Amino acid sequence: MRGTAPQPATEPGDHPDEVRGHDDVTAESQALTPVEHSPVGALAHDARGGLSNPVMGMLLFLVSEVMFFAGLFAAYFSVRAAAPQWPPADFGDYLHVFPLAGPATAILVLSSFTCQLAVWSIRRDDRNGFVRNLAVTVVLGVVFLVIQGSDYIMLWSEGLTLDSGIYGSTFYTMTGFHGAHVLGGVIMLGVVLYRGMLGQFSARHHDAVEAASLYWHFVDVVWIALFTTLYILPGTPAGG
Amino acid sequence: MATTALDHAAPRYRSRSALYDWLTTTDHKKIGIMYVINSFIFFFIGGLLALGVRAELAQPGMQFVDEATYNQLFTMHASAMLFLFVIPMLAGFGNYIVPLQIGAPDMAFPRINALSFWLLPLGGILICSGFLVGGGAAQSGWTEYPPLAGAAYNPGAGTDLWLMAVALIGTSSILGAVNFITTIFKMRAPGMTLFRMPIMVWTMLVTSVLVLLATPVLTSGLMMLFIDRNYGGGFFDPAAGGVAVLWQNIFWFYSHPAVYIMILPAMGIISEILPVFSRKPLFGYKAFIFATAAIGALGFSVWAHHMFTTGQVFLPFFSLMTFLIAVPTGVKMFNWIATLFRGQLTFSTPLIYALGFLTMFLIGGINGAFHAAVPVDFALHDTYYVVAHIHYVLFGGSVFAVFAGIFYWFPKMTGRMLNETLGKVQFVLLFIGFNLTFFPMHQLGLSGMPRRIADYSSSAGWSDLNLVATIGGFVIAIGLLPFLFNVVISLRNGKLAGDDPWEANTLEWATASPPPAYNFDRLPDIRSERPVFDARHGAAAGH
Repeated sequence: MRGTAPQPATEPGDHPDEVRGHDDVTAESQALTPVEHSPVGALAHDARGGLSNPVMGMLLFLVSEVMFFAGLFAAYFSVRAAAPQWPPADFGDYLHVFPLAGPATAILVLSSFTCQLAVWSIRRDDRNGFVRNLAVTVVLGVVFLVIQGSDYIMLWSEGLTLDSGIYGSTFYTMTGFHGAHVLGGVIMLGVVLYRGMLGQFSARHHDAVEAASLYWHFVDVVWIALFTTLYILPGTPAGG
Repeated sequence: MATTALDHAAPRYRSRSALYDWLTTTDHKKIGIMYVINSFIFFFIGGLLALGVRAELAQPGMQFVDEATYNQLFTMHASAMLFLFVIPMLAGFGNYIVPLQIGAPDMAFPRINALSFWLLPLGGILICSGFLVGGGAAQSGWTEYPPLAGAAYNPGAGTDLWLMAVALIGTSSILGAVNFITTIFKMRAPGMTLFRMPIMVWTMLVTSVLVLLATPVLTSGLMMLFIDRNYGGGFFDPAAGGVAVLWQNIFWFYSHPAVYIMILPAMGIISEILPVFSRKPLFGYKAFIFATAAIGALGFSVWAHHMFTTGQVFLPFFSLMTFLIAVPTGVKMFNWIATLFRGQLTFSTPLIYALGFLTMFLIGGINGAFHAAVPVDFALHDTYYVVAHIHYVLFGGSVFAVFAGIFYWFPKMTGRMLNETLGKVQFVLLFIGFNLTFFPMHQLGLSGMPRRIADYSSSAGWSDLNLVATIGGFVIAIGLLPFLFNVVISLRNGKLAGDDPWEANTLEWATASPPPAYNFDRLPDIRSERPVFDARHGAAAGH
């Protein structure tokens, strides 16, 4: 991150000319640039190089999201460590990799790849490839949500409910908040897709695409952690 | 150096009403001012609730309210003061000042900035609407420990409203933190290197990092408690397999860093004011920055000192880290005192409030440091000694810094000076009232008075000191009247401020008062952390 390093006062070449020149934009000369309503309008909003503002903002927001899920994971491992056995008695046989959770995981991971393909496409100015890949991503995201919904219906009917004790509470809270994030991501990508179909993105201007894809990758990574923790991690037998 | 106001040259937009303009603004200065006004509204609400608490405690017996109402009074007093006054007030200063001090036209994300603000009145209305629902407002203390805060003991909707409101306010803080960090890293003017940034900007940066890492963890806890209360979850219910102390761990993992969220920007304000009114640069600029960063980092390793008496935490580690975190705070004290030392002091209101901060925060720091020793904490946990401590750091510290900041930046925000005499009258009343209220609480705590009780026995020997504290509380309330009067008359008839009434150091004083939209038409050269000082004295110094 270049912007974070201490810099000498005037470093030739570090700042574009229009930035250095903004000292000269006076009240009088403003009439010459009627498009810029601000006397410092010529000062680009992300003139310092490095990450663009939207991408940096999204990365920082994702840091807070990581901490939110860290709180949920901390709660999960706290109650798990305090339990005499895990899963608790009568809850041994609910969460299976097949037929639903495993394929759902594969679908979400795949959608991360298609999302990245969309980003690479728009970086090459390939708008058709961008729209195609992003559309596939959105569809895969919706498929994941449908599978998660069916999984919920199945488990709920089998007796694993939110109020059936701590096993159900942790499962539905963690996967539920993740599902809500997937839904948010699908909406975000849907908006980006719509804007893409209107032709609003190009190789030069696609910060929204980069930011939305970062969010989508984050959602994917959280799911991999959740899937590993909830479905793969072996339980603790009684007295173990 | 003098800056031309741009009013005559600014393009004319289709004129809309001033109200519409303020409600839809994305200008960081207007948003900052709205933050300040909104925070003061909740300061007065929280203050009235505190007066209710003090009135009830003035003498033994139940005189004014019943126990359940009393619980609502102290719970909502703390919630309003912490979540809706101190944190947003300091964020409001940051909003107004940070872009100006780094020479930026606005925050990095102006519309998200507006969203951050508007979540606050929404959360405030939500949390206060608890008074209107059956069962009353939240009443388990601002810490909302389960099982007391669980559905079994607090079935009313007030606690649920509290949980949702705090989640909204937290979201406001998180979005604000994203905005501050991006603004500070990406929007600095040419020449404004990191180690030329004003201390206020540095403290807002560290504060934002704390918000970003701590607040979402509280949000996760709020969600879990909400699920426990409403959907039969079992996170904090041992009967369902949960862990009750889990809430305390999550809560304090946020709320201990949160006390630094509530004091670091206040330290930033003080560090802006002391150099200006001592006519000296801040002593040990870099040491101050590293101390701020150290407080931020250590702040994440001390949360369990609030939980010593649970028996569920590793005492030696948290005790040691708590002692350790006093060190960087001590460094800052030396920074400030050495800045004042041999300075040419002008005792204007901002400096007076800053000196109030220094003395009262010193007491608050020292009376708190004792608690790092586990045996002392065991003896004083949940007594009025702790109430004295937090008020010395939050009122003696943050609130005095807030008033220092108001008197210092009011001229920049409005173009007019606040009345100095009224400001000094207010300071004397606040200072006396504050110490009358909270100093006796040390003794009350040492003689065993628990916090959060609505009544006490007349034979306990606590009656006299409680009466003194109550009188002090009302002196504080009276002390705020000159401030309201001062704001009203100064907005109308205050002395015109000019660009730089204090002959200050930082960039906000290099533009008009109030600054035009997008802040600057030109910037002075930035070659140190005091560019306006350099510009003022540049010719004499031969630059």
